[in-house]
Amino acid sequence: MEATEEGQQHPIGIYLKIWFLLFVLSTLSYMVDVLGFESYLRWGLILLFMFLKAGFIVGIFMHMAWERLALACAILTPPGAILVLIALMTLESDYVNFTRSVFFAT
Amino acid sequence: MTDAVLAQGLPGIVDDWSADKQTFQVHWGKAMMWIFLLSDTFIFSCFVTSYMSVRSATTVPWPDPSEVFALTIFGQHMPLILIAIMTFILISSSGTMAMAVNFGYRKDRKTTALLMLATAAFGATFVSMQVFEWSKLIAEGVRPWSNPMGAPQFGACFFMITGFHGAHVSIGVIYLLTVAFKVWRGDFEKSGSYVSVEIAGLYWHFVDLVWVFIFALFYLW
Repeated sequence: MEATEEGQQHPIGIYLKIWFLLFVLSTLSYMVDVLGFESYLRWGLILLFMFLKAGFIVGIFMHMAWERLALACAILTPPGAILVLIALMTLESDYVNFTRSVFFAT
Repeated sequence: MTDAVLAQGLPGIVDDWSADKQTFQVHWGKAMMWIFLLSDTFIFSCFVTSYMSVRSATTVPWPDPSEVFALTIFGQHMPLILIAIMTFILISSSGTMAMAVNFGYRKDRKTTALLMLATAAFGATFVSMQVFEWSKLIAEGVRPWSNPMGAPQFGACFFMITGFHGAHVSIGVIYLLTVAFKVWRGDFEKSGSYVSVEIAGLYWHFVDLVWVFIFALFYLW
């Protein structure tokens, strides 16, 4: 189905299916907490469910899956720059944590 | 839009960007909303990244969100239950909004307006629950600079991130009510274009999208 300026037309069923799927994924991520998973298993599952939910919302609810690639790339690639910020802040906070443990320990 | 067949995929990008014409083949309002949402993405990313750096830099134990946001309902201790309910409410509001956009393009004026009202009602419920959550935490002594459970940075992150998100939801409720009223009144009947509903929908889905990240990174981590 191609997007036009007049708007997109999809069967209503797809929204109900995604709605249901988002409920399931939210329940699963809540279960991660209830079941008390720890460490890398916990973080991995949280991130997995988070990105799946985000993908369905942007792709189907916001119709990005049907937009032209020029728009999708213009909107979806810039947030990749945030990874640089995250990397820099990880280094920085590791260092702050290190200096704090050195100076507060004594 | 011309009748010319547009190339798909990567050649499509080259076509859209290189020709001396409009780049994005969508209504301008939709393109501008997407660009606004992109800028908003960076604002929320900065908040979440700063939360990440203060949390990993502190030497004091971080309060356990699972316990901080636990409630006792009917004598049953439920970890994080309020946040889970808020998540389901916001997802439901996204569902009704997606259907409102769909009915708008079918030119079903009444159903569109009613679905948008339902979305706004879910949004208002979400904000009320957030007010309850804030009052509870403030009563327990959580402040932006200190709290009785652990690392003082917890309060600063909590109030900043959820407050900014709550403001987005509140503004979204007002925005949705305005557009729903215009739909109901028949403002879009003459032009026959219900793209305003889709633009409002993009904003609303974004609010839900941000909550997905806050729920995962702040409440569950």
